[in-house]
Amino acid sequence: MTELAQLLDDWEPVIGLEIHVQLATATKIFSASATTFGAPPNSLTDPLVMGMPGTLPVFNRAVLELALRLGVATGSQIRAKSRFARKHYFYPDLPKGYQISQFDEPLCENGHLDLILGGTVKRVKLQRIHLEEDAGKNTHVGAVSHVDLNRAGVPLVEVVTAPELTSSEEAAEFMRSLHRLVRWIDVSEADMEKGQLRCDANVSVRLRGEDRLGTRTELKNINSFKFVQNAIDHEIARQLLLIDGGGRVERETRLWDATLGSSAPMRSKEEINDYRYFPDPDLPPLVVDGPTMANVLRSLPELPAARFERYQRLQKLTADDARTMVGDRALADYFDAASKAHPGESGRTIANWILTELLGALNAEGKHISQSTMPPQRLAALVVLVESGVISGKIGKEVFEESYRSGEEPISIVERRGVQQISDETLLTAIVEGVVSRNAKQAAEYQSGKDGLFGFFVGQVMKETQGRANPVMATEILKKRLGR
Amino acid sequence: MSGPPEFWTVADTAQRIASGEITAGRLVDTMLSRIANVDRELGAYLATDGDGARRDATEIDRRRKDNVALGPLAGVPIVLKDNLVTKGLATTAGSKILQGWIPPYDATVVEKLRAAGALILGKANLDEFGMGSSTERSAYKKTRNPWDTSRVPGGSSGGSAAAVAAGLAAASLGTDTGGSIRQPAAFCGVVGLKPTYGRVSRWGVIAFASSLDQVGPLTRTVKDAALVLQVIAGHDPRDSTSLDAPVPSFAAAATGDVKGMKIGLPKEYFEGSIDADVRAALDRTIKALQDKGATTVEVSLPHTKLALPAYYVVAPAEASSNLARYDGIRFGKRADATDLIDVYRKSRGAGFGPEVKRRIMLGTHALRSGYYDAYYKKAQQIRALIKRDFDEAFTKVDVMLTPTTPTAAFRFNAKATPYDMYLGDIFTLACNLAGLPGMSVPCGLTADGLPIGAQLLGRPLDEVSLIRAGSAIEAAVGLGDRRPAGIGGI
Repeated sequence: MTELAQLLDDWEPVIGLEIHVQLATATKIFSASATTFGAPPNSLTDPLVMGMPGTLPVFNRAVLELALRLGVATGSQIRAKSRFARKHYFYPDLPKGYQISQFDEPLCENGHLDLILGGTVKRVKLQRIHLEEDAGKNTHVGAVSHVDLNRAGVPLVEVVTAPELTSSEEAAEFMRSLHRLVRWIDVSEADMEKGQLRCDANVSVRLRGEDRLGTRTELKNINSFKFVQNAIDHEIARQLLLIDGGGRVERETRLWDATLGSSAPMRSKEEINDYRYFPDPDLPPLVVDGPTMANVLRSLPELPAARFERYQRLQKLTADDARTMVGDRALADYFDAASKAHPGESGRTIANWILTELLGALNAEGKHISQSTMPPQRLAALVVLVESGVISGKIGKEVFEESYRSGEEPISIVERRGVQQISDETLLTAIVEGVVSRNAKQAAEYQSGKDGLFGFFVGQVMKETQGRANPVMATEILKKRLGR
Repeated sequence: MSGPPEFWTVADTAQRIASGEITAGRLVDTMLSRIANVDRELGAYLATDGDGARRDATEIDRRRKDNVALGPLAGVPIVLKDNLVTKGLATTAGSKILQGWIPPYDATVVEKLRAAGALILGKANLDEFGMGSSTERSAYKKTRNPWDTSRVPGGSSGGSAAAVAAGLAAASLGTDTGGSIRQPAAFCGVVGLKPTYGRVSRWGVIAFASSLDQVGPLTRTVKDAALVLQVIAGHDPRDSTSLDAPVPSFAAAATGDVKGMKIGLPKEYFEGSIDADVRAALDRTIKALQDKGATTVEVSLPHTKLALPAYYVVAPAEASSNLARYDGIRFGKRADATDLIDVYRKSRGAGFGPEVKRRIMLGTHALRSGYYDAYYKKAQQIRALIKRDFDEAFTKVDVMLTPTTPTAAFRFNAKATPYDMYLGDIFTLACNLAGLPGMSVPCGLTADGLPIGAQLLGRPLDEVSLIRAGSAIEAAVGLGDRRPAGIGGI
């Protein structure tokens, strides 16, 4: 590894990602067959999906709206008139012998995705986002191969980054950010175990300061955040050691084997297909009209990167809390709703209550924030009770527990249990007076320098008030009375 | 029109069935028996569907008895080119690679014909996947020209044209990618109408070249073509290239009235080598139209000579793509093979005929990375120029008149090279490249007694003008009661 670390002083990894995201439509991109996961093999097919002679594709407009949401959310230029193209290759899971995709006139170009790295945001350029249909799936059982076309024709977008990621960590973070974004804007469920988000990576290395890119290899089948990171690290090391040993990186496609933790060549350059792209004559240009675009713009929520900045700048959250909060749209929405229900500007306090108490309680039950039985307004009301001194923080936690369990309003719990905090100075002074006079011996000891006894007096006051004494005021009055 | 039932027109048949003069059941039996007698020699049918036709006939007769309304083509016996997909009825596109494929669905045009009450007698022979001009490229059988059995019926809808000419169906559906309806119609002395691209749904039409393919009728009269077109035309949400345009009454246009009509004579179509009999027939046709009050104007379509090269880039390119699905995996014949590449090689090697392979190779080359701009894109630019030629000419004229073919039907094996065969289509290709409607109407016989076709070309969606002018030609110089004597004459 030392050797590798030294090599990395001189060499810079360059990574570009191609990520396929399944769009969350009920039916396929060019036919009415369903897109349900896990159906019996070949049950979600029809003559078109099977590529039968005479069938023709009809574009599912629901696909466009979802793709546009992603296009707008990534600040892409949207082509008013894009085109479907046929990409040809022979494989049993590709029923027509071509995949309907987009080639030189994609729907979206020149967008970007903002990665949250530490407390800062890195902007990664997206070359394009285009629409295409998924292929089916081949499985090999001994000498026999099976083809399942359930996935054939499922709508995908392919997101292609510029080659400007410089580490496996950045690549993994890109994937996490895209994963979060597509879920955030309801474009995809992006369940990676169901293959709804799949990643290929182009990896090359070059001497630092060099403008030209090195020869790249393409890594296929890196379909988890962990695999992305491992596979890219492995490939960077492989290339650097190869070069260091006097070898040359070959342009090839490599298949990542997560079990072995290594990759093996799949196709060399000579075997790379000539896809013979041409505009699909069965499909007219895909036109984005004004009303469709207006609808997309109207319905798009504030995006994670924007919220991350807002939470820090306006709500004064720490970078860590802000990042946690935008990790999940439902959580961020909860926070926003609670903040809105709160009359003041107590973002940080509200965030603490959500991240500690609420998530704690939910986690204990294995529940997600979206399943919370405590509405954000109620949490905000509880925070107000604590902040305004009606109850102490400690009581507040008890009230939270009870309210979370029973659904009762915090104020009603406080009133019923009579646990309002005592913040009346006269009353607290009288209580302190009583405590001090009943414990004259300890008072004398404290005054003669036994500091540790101060806690004893606080405890006595709390005992007297069943924990309801305002701790700050009680401390102040005690200090004054005891004279230290 | 009278005569034997085998030669009744579409209009006549529907009327006689509706009036009860003949039952659909009897008509079907008559037709099937003529097919059995005649088609062994003619070879127009790849398959008959006697059971299906009789079942549908019984249903029509029952409906008539019950006074249930009948469709416009009720009882009309029809044969379909075998590249039109029929549910439960083998569909081969004339290719071995589809042997044994039983489609699970009907083409839109087939659905529409069935809904209109048409009786589908069977499937007609064709050049494999529509690639050819003589039906000699069928993987299954030879179809003869009923006017002279030593000659080809034309193609690729040769079976359709021969069947209609020989009284083996009242009408047929063909497909036309570069003349495949009009040329066999001309050779067999029937009317062939290629509608505007997008006028008729392509759902269920086995694709040859998607941007050129169009379904249309072959019939014995212009009015019949109009009646069939009426049924099959119209927007289809299952075909994204289908036009959402109103469908006018086509049959009402078959009046023969061309008074005041401006007919363009594109000079490029009369310059090359045209058979003297064909030229003479065209001259008579022009004269007849003038006599009926039409004016004829010479027009120019300067890019005409580029149509052939452009066509032979676009059509093979699209074909190479459309035929990629025939891999032996899901339908049709799969060859015994040792591995996947072998499956492809052997299934496609054995399943496709030589002309299909030739065009797949041409098209594959044209779409190669780095060649796209030089071939496919350039050809599309030529298409735009050809279209512009027509647009400009159609500002001066209502329709254009040309010969359908340079010669009448040729003999089997007469074309020494594929290129010689391609040259026979020079008058029909531009129409497809420009997406225009075109029609071939019989306009006389050669000295040898072979039919000659006059081609009419119209503005987009203006089939009505073709039908008007066509019916005038039919009335003035058509074949009248002359029928092919070469085979099974009645």
